[in-house]
Amino acid sequence: MPDFASVISPVCALVLAPLLLALINRTKAFVAGRRGPPLLQPYFDIAKYLQRGAVYGDATSWVFRLGPVVNLAVLFAALLIVPWGAIRSPLSFSGDLIVVAGLLALGRFAIVLAALDTGSSFEGMGASREVHFAALAEPALLLALAVLARVTGALSLTPIYQGITASAWVAALPTLALAAMTLLVLALVENSRIPVDDPTTHLELTMIHEVMVLDHSGPDLGYIHYAAALKLWILGGLLVGLVMPLRSGALWLDGSAMLLGMAILAVVIGMIESAMARYRLVHVPQFIVGAATLSVVGFILILV
Amino acid sequence: MFEFLGAILLLLVGGMAAVASRARPALCQTAGQSGAVAGSMLGLVAAVRILVSGQPEAMTATWLMPGGGFHLQIDALAAFFLLPVFGLSLVTAVYGRSYLAGRGDGSGLAWCWFHSNLLTAGMASVIAAHDGLLFLVSWEIMALSPFFLVIFDDRRATVRHAAWIYLAATHLGTAFLLVLFVLLGNLAGGSDFDGYAAVLKGNPGLASLVFILALIGFGSKAGIVPVHVWLPEAHPVAPSHASALMSGAMIKVGIYGLVRILTLLGPPQPWWGWLLIAIGASSGVLGVLFAMAQHDLKRLLAYSSVENIGIILLGIGIGVVGLATGMLTLTVIGFAAGLLHVVNHSIFKGLLFLGAGAVQHASHSLEFEQLGGLLKRMPWTGAAFLAGAAAIVGLPPLNGFISEFLLFYSGFAAVLDPAPHIAVAGLIAIIVMGLISGLAAACFAKAFGVAFLGSPRSAEAGNAHEVARPMWAAMALLAVLCLVIGLAAPLVVAALADVVTAATGVATGLVRAQLATVTGPLTTTIAVFGVLIGLALLAWLFRAHLLWARRIGSGPVWGCGYLFPSARMQYTASSFVQPLTTQFHLFVRNRETLVPPQGYFPAAASYSSDSRDPWLRLLIAPTFRWFDRMMSRLNVLQHGHIHVYVLYVAATLVALLLWASL
Repeated sequence: MPDFASVISPVCALVLAPLLLALINRTKAFVAGRRGPPLLQPYFDIAKYLQRGAVYGDATSWVFRLGPVVNLAVLFAALLIVPWGAIRSPLSFSGDLIVVAGLLALGRFAIVLAALDTGSSFEGMGASREVHFAALAEPALLLALAVLARVTGALSLTPIYQGITASAWVAALPTLALAAMTLLVLALVENSRIPVDDPTTHLELTMIHEVMVLDHSGPDLGYIHYAAALKLWILGGLLVGLVMPLRSGALWLDGSAMLLGMAILAVVIGMIESAMARYRLVHVPQFIVGAATLSVVGFILILV
Repeated sequence: MFEFLGAILLLLVGGMAAVASRARPALCQTAGQSGAVAGSMLGLVAAVRILVSGQPEAMTATWLMPGGGFHLQIDALAAFFLLPVFGLSLVTAVYGRSYLAGRGDGSGLAWCWFHSNLLTAGMASVIAAHDGLLFLVSWEIMALSPFFLVIFDDRRATVRHAAWIYLAATHLGTAFLLVLFVLLGNLAGGSDFDGYAAVLKGNPGLASLVFILALIGFGSKAGIVPVHVWLPEAHPVAPSHASALMSGAMIKVGIYGLVRILTLLGPPQPWWGWLLIAIGASSGVLGVLFAMAQHDLKRLLAYSSVENIGIILLGIGIGVVGLATGMLTLTVIGFAAGLLHVVNHSIFKGLLFLGAGAVQHASHSLEFEQLGGLLKRMPWTGAAFLAGAAAIVGLPPLNGFISEFLLFYSGFAAVLDPAPHIAVAGLIAIIVMGLISGLAAACFAKAFGVAFLGSPRSAEAGNAHEVARPMWAAMALLAVLCLVIGLAAPLVVAALADVVTAATGVATGLVRAQLATVTGPLTTTIAVFGVLIGLALLAWLFRAHLLWARRIGSGPVWGCGYLFPSARMQYTASSFVQPLTTQFHLFVRNRETLVPPQGYFPAAASYSSDSRDPWLRLLIAPTFRWFDRMMSRLNVLQHGHIHVYVLYVAATLVALLLWASL
């Protein structure tokens, strides 16, 4: 039975996830010398979308309408399994990392099919890029998790993250650092951030995620934005939980550390987005494969 | 065993009755179909009873064939493989009648029913045979009857060519099996399987030789790279319900043969497992890459079968490595993953081939660039095809995810192993499986997305209509099975205990204990699926509530201000996968012809790409051409003078007599 401690991580995610996006935007605005939108802007946006009607493309069917719904449900379900650093998840079982990967794949499949359902070449183009990068990102994620599993000797996310203590860092510093690099790249790739994709671009031909959701509107678009925030939260949580090895056992301390870590992550992503230009599309696969290779190197380092 | 014999008899009687009544197509269809349905149901009863009771059944009878005995034995392993054979035979028979209606004359229909029933009977007797000669005879029945199914539409040259490739490929495989069984039979002094095990015990060199022969012989039937080339030729041109039976059941009989031989070989050597893993990994990755590049729905599905055979072999390979090195977790979970994927693949691949048949039936094309928008026109077929596509990609909560879960689980278990080489192998298995499932998602997003979503790309697709009720009922049944196996995963996996025991020889108690370590997590996984479905329903209802009484508009999609998008402006199937095929151009050799627009007022411009199998082009075809050249040198012996031929016969006879008297 999930007790109080285990519902903290999903509740924090549900409430705070859009804040991450706001922090990233504020950081980018700060670096650019602007004031930036208020911190609650993502919440306002989602609330606005939920209050609108909707417009659907002529060719669309129920697959288009189901896509955002499935995608959101998938991320809710993933929150049940993914721990938040030291704070365990409501459910934990051997092999739950495989289920997380499967759930993320399901959400992506739903969004890709919804994009293809419009019959628009823009969205087909976005879907094509999405499946391309996802086909490389999926093994990379499993690879990074396999490295963490090897380091901690556990097959389930919560014990794995319980096992990433300061002493584990001391024992396997290079390996964990390399796995963290992989997870950082994956957080950027999976959430369509610079240098892979530019969430603020206005040129359809260069978009990936944004162009797939061009024709969603109203509550559907609200679902998509909220789901995007949750996905950033989940993958960011995996990264922050790894590089923040505080496992005090005191809930408030671990929780505050994670909150601080997530805020730092948002600032880091904002800095990356301010400092870097996006890669040409042909270089993105190299970026992902390179990141995955780091984990392979890390794995070899702890073999003996 | 009487049910089993009855099933074979009913199948054969149905086929013969269809041929006898070929003058009246309706009667002929009824005869063929009822024979297939009744026989398959009876066969399913036999298989399920053996699986439930766990008691093997055997039968011997006198057989006038010299050098062989009529020995049938159905243990849990055989009964397990009978499930896809009889199950798919049943479903395709339900589907086949409406599908065949109006195609060809009575004689064509009759022979189609005859050969598909014969194929089922052949597969079933291969699986039940416990005698080398009986096995080979059944194997040939099973191998030859699809030839007549492939050549159903024999007026087209491409069809005859495909049937020819099939015939050559299957006999190449049979040649290796012939050597295998003759070798074993000679050493054992009899053709009974029980005798083989005694010869092989304590003879690792012989066992390795037999393993290699079995791998090539059975592998060419199963469709491993590089002997997969017949699948993408034969599957697309056969009637779709026959493709479903071939791809869903027949290639699994190849897997059965391999697993059965492994049980006879005694304790395996580690390198067998490594070889299986290597072959599984390369078939899996190459299969899905080739699949993605195809322009034809059924060719795509055929290549995807190569991929799934790779996944099955990956699981069995991990199991063999575990067996050879004494690691129980890898043994049990690996074999369980591979065997479960056998049944899973037969369900969703059967479903997808039936779906492809429905697409062809309704829109008269399987070319992606002629399809589109079919979901609105064929809602039932579309929904079933979507379920099959999601299942084959390995998405929760469907059955494909369960076998992939087991496979990943065995990979992660290996990663935790102290021995470095096992851990690295586990990591490679995880990477390969991750890559396969990611690429499969791209492949089937294309297959479903381009064929069923968006706007129709041709007038025929626009005028498509839902297929007859028996056809979509057959697909719906398979789609429901995908979901049921997914949601009943812990029960299904626990039920594999006897099968894994029969395949590995590990004590049942140990197998049960190992399987119990995954059924617990799977139960929680199912709970997550339940929550997932519940949440999706809630999110859907909330969305419906929000949109209630609000303005819902419809209009053209965003085209940068252009308001009149046409179906031809949609992203095409080839462009959808172009980034991936370009990235993996080392393996997928697309031939492109480009006539670029030229000048200030460009007239005609065109682009076409053609995905041809590099293995066929660079390995198989040159080899056969070389053989052809070598063999044509023997033409000097063949000159048409009959008196010289008589001389050959006499000379051979004299030589044999001399040899015998020495």
